[in-house]
Amino acid sequence: MKLERTKRIRKLAVWTWTWVATMAIATLGPEFIWDNHSFLTPFAIIVNLANGILMILANRDLFNHFDELERKIHLEAMGITLGLTVVVGLTFSLLDQKDLIPFDAEIGYLVMFTGICYLTAVLINTRRFK
Amino acid sequence: MKNKIRDLREQKGMTQEELAEFIGVSRQTINAIEKQKFDPSLPTAFKMAKLFGLPIESIFQFEEK
Repeated sequence: MKLERTKRIRKLAVWTWTWVATMAIATLGPEFIWDNHSFLTPFAIIVNLANGILMILANRDLFNHFDELERKIHLEAMGITLGLTVVVGLTFSLLDQKDLIPFDAEIGYLVMFTGICYLTAVLINTRRFK
Repeated sequence: MKNKIRDLREQKGMTQEELAEFIGVSRQTINAIEKQKFDPSLPTAFKMAKLFGLPIESIFQFEEK
């Protein structure tokens, strides 16, 4: 069981890191590597998208390997994260539209918020069942 | 839900790790069940009943909260 788990975690880690790497290439490549080449830019974006889909599948594979308590912990964390991301994200966007914050409401902030929120919810939920 | 998992496991001389391996869950799950912080699913309860050779109702006692 542990070996299977480790295998799935490694697989997810590999797809996550390659997704981050291909995202960096697709973002910075057109400007710094291939000078806005008409084929390479959409190609890099498609490769990044394909990589993201494989990362999601690896995550689902790991989730399906969780036992009942781990599933409960992660499902609750996902629910809290989804709710907070929608509510906080829309508030953030509204603040930007009404010029109540001195910077733009970039999607990157929301991604960071989602990650931190999920991690915190998983940690709190794990402690609840210890 | 109250349960006698800790006593039954100790009577069998098993560790939480060994019980978890046998049932197919993590050690943390066994710990949470023993501390009555988490109620196991029906398949897990049946596996435990089979392992300890007892009917489910003598291992788990339902309590209204």
